[in-house]
Amino acid sequence: MPGTFEPLPGGGAAVALDDVEISIIRSLAVQLLELIGPGPGADTPDDPLAELFADGPSEPPADPVLRRLFPDAYSDPEGTPGPREAEEQRAYSAEFRRYTENDLRAGKRENALAVIRSLDELSATGEGGAVLKLSPAESRQWLSALNDLRLAIGSRLDILDEDDTDLLYRLPDEDPRKPMVMAYLWLGGLQETLVSTLMP
Amino acid sequence: MGHVTSPAPVEIERTESAEEVFAVPEPDVPWVTIVHNDPVNLMSYVTYVFQTYFGYSKDKATKLMLDVHHKGRAVVSSGTREEMERDVQAMHGYGLWATLQQDRK
Repeated sequence: MPGTFEPLPGGGAAVALDDVEISIIRSLAVQLLELIGPGPGADTPDDPLAELFADGPSEPPADPVLRRLFPDAYSDPEGTPGPREAEEQRAYSAEFRRYTENDLRAGKRENALAVIRSLDELSATGEGGAVLKLSPAESRQWLSALNDLRLAIGSRLDILDEDDTDLLYRLPDEDPRKPMVMAYLWLGGLQETLVSTLMP
Repeated sequence: MGHVTSPAPVEIERTESAEEVFAVPEPDVPWVTIVHNDPVNLMSYVTYVFQTYFGYSKDKATKLMLDVHHKGRAVVSSGTREEMERDVQAMHGYGLWATLQQDRK
């Protein structure tokens, strides 16, 4: 079935994709890579230790997508901290960010790169599409990358609660958000069927 | 030197205001990792993450996922602060919205 991952005998998963679908996923993955940005060692490529010793940022990212991908670790969204406690949470969140965000960004970069790499390795079937076959390890990278892409699109579309998702299903065709919504829902189907092939 | 001096009075430490005492971490109180609801993450994916990362049974993972979905949040693990920072980092890696806090009740 189109847009549906099927389990492969012996592990892994496969999905048939047409050329348009391949180019949509690829272009979204490239955009995500650009948003996440190069690693801290990018300025000094000759020094392999630069990345190891570079501190991450201590401030939350300005971009709402990045803020969703790298949220504050010590801030309770339902909490009503006093000024002193809020200051403490900010300081702890900043410290956590300094020590984790570079690694988290690297992990998400690797997953998005794995998606691009497997799409670029596809050989055409001659009918304007191809069958993508993933190993179990590639499936896990795809699963995380599909989730990051959906989080990114969801954030751009301002999906903040369940009602927003329901609204998206009823958008009129002329709404400028319609193509992004279609991509969001389609990626959801891909992720849903991919996760079912991986369920322990 | 060589003979026992009288210990420093411990009480002298306790001159902070009530507000300051509140902020002092209590070592005996465990820390918890909380996962928050999010309309984007698929229910199946959240269950998969709880099973895969924490090694929880399908039943336990599903129950936690439903708590997140219906109550808006669930405590998914507890332990030392370092352990919970590791869990929160892993959840962020999976794209789940997680925070940690001391389990003050």
